Amino acid sequence: MSTLLDIQEAFRAGVLGDDDLPARGFIVEDEISSDRRVGIYRNNTLISLSKALAACYPVVERLVGERFFDQAARAFVKAHPPLQPQLLAYGGGFGTFLDGFEPARSVPYLGDVARLEWARNEALFAEEAPIVDIAALQRVPADQYGALCFRPHPSVRIVRSRWPVQSIWQVNQADEVKPVDLDRGGETVLVMRPTSQVVSQILTAGEDALLAAIASGATLEEAAVRAAETDAQFDLQHALVAHLQRGTFCTVSLETDRGTAE
Amino acid sequence: MADQTREAHTGFEHLGIPDRAGVGLRHPHIPAFVRERPPAAWLEVHTENYIGAGGPRLRALEKIRQDYPLSCHGVGLSLGSAEGLDKGHLANIKAVIDRFQPGLISEHVSWSVTGGVYLNDLLPLPYTDEALDIICRNIEHAQEALGRQMLVENPSSYVSFKSSTMPEWEFMAAIVKRTGCGLLLDVNNIHVSAHNHRFDANAYLDAVPLDKVQEIHVAGHFVQHFADEDGTDRVILIDDHGTHVESAVWTLFRRALERVGPTPTLVEWDNNIPELDVLLAEARKAELILSSVRAQHSSMANVHVA
Repeated sequence: MSTLLDIQEAFRAGVLGDDDLPARGFIVEDEISSDRRVGIYRNNTLISLSKALAACYPVVERLVGERFFDQAARAFVKAHPPLQPQLLAYGGGFGTFLDGFEPARSVPYLGDVARLEWARNEALFAEEAPIVDIAALQRVPADQYGALCFRPHPSVRIVRSRWPVQSIWQVNQADEVKPVDLDRGGETVLVMRPTSQVVSQILTAGEDALLAAIASGATLEEAAVRAAETDAQFDLQHALVAHLQRGTFCTVSLETDRGTAE
Repeated sequence: MADQTREAHTGFEHLGIPDRAGVGLRHPHIPAFVRERPPAAWLEVHTENYIGAGGPRLRALEKIRQDYPLSCHGVGLSLGSAEGLDKGHLANIKAVIDRFQPGLISEHVSWSVTGGVYLNDLLPLPYTDEALDIICRNIEHAQEALGRQMLVENPSSYVSFKSSTMPEWEFMAAIVKRTGCGLLLDVNNIHVSAHNHRFDANAYLDAVPLDKVQEIHVAGHFVQHFADEDGTDRVILIDDHGTHVESAVWTLFRRALERVGPTPTLVEWDNNIPELDVLLAEARKAELILSSVRAQHSSMANVHVA
């Protein structure tokens, strides 16, 4: 006797597979075949999930064209269907999938562009938090600056690429796309949503080192040393003021408070 | 009786869902609802779209919620899953409900999840005693976890199963009786399934417990023609929510309304989403039918009084 679980497993195989065969034995057939009937569900699933990916990855879609994107998206859906009933959370593995997607081999930066777009998507729905008030910081005595510990805003994401990934993303925001010189080297991108808008910017190697150290819990002094080791030209004050203005940090505390209250 | 507002178990009692026509709130229309407060009697959202820690989408709905009665219509709980409900997802739904305090909450008589995989479609159930036990258990679990009654919507479907032992209307009636949930009557789904499975839509209305209907959905569907092997033209109706409501569905809507009485009615439009004006015009059609049925009902009430 067929149980509900048998039917559901067979249906899943029919929807994510190429034909209705797994489900056929359970379905009433008349002049309309089981294949056509199951095919409606297969289409609904593949089209709706591919659309969800397209909404999340507009620049990837623009780079490869609608038809190519649709092929890639359907292949991804079949290989990695959602594990959560929540489309906002679906598609995080698309960049990695594209890295290994044979037909996309001629566009080697595609996976990195996808990772940047996913970071933007994550930032958009991330937890909200106030940003550090520069005025409050000015009350800290100058000799204690080195002991400051910042916490990155919960929406902060860093994407590192050996391609000029932010530049590629940026030129694809305009109707007319200007070419990007792929030989200009890699870019590290800070993505975040300090208020209501997602923003992204290229980080220098020094800033990257500074933020990475801060994120791992280093004091400002420790982080500044790490940044200077990475980039001899690093200008701490300039970088710090810029990030405070942009809202990269949500809290600040003194090292003595580290691990306790903020 | 006019504009009678159903009591909602929320902190926004003044924003309970009225017996009038609302529209499904979709992303392209959100800025207009935030800025211009366009005329819709109430709004319904897909609950899953508002799961999330933060961000402008939640902020926009919080703003809109202050101006409109709201219903949360789930599409991912998978009430018909043999493996039971996903507790994490149920907790996420609870958080959305706590945040937005909807006047009504609803889900579908269908399934979407098996083996932990979410297929993002409302998939059909066999109408068997086993499936009935499972969906009732899951609905009871959901109502318990969410702490309130939910409505369940009759599905549209393109297959029927050999193992089914009862018609859909009997399955629906049994669910309502056993779990105490309410009914969300989707008249487009009845029309679509009646065509696809060759039953009489009016007989469906005769058989479901109309006294338990607390909301009605109307929507458009797609008429797919194809030739079978011997070249005969065949038609299958696809519930795509992608166009205007067809006249046969408006007729069925009126017939249902005449029996149920004025009831919150929602126009759903999810594919080929039109300009907001087009959607609102569709809601006005529903409102006209609601008004006419309301007038009939109140004149009948007057006769009883006399």
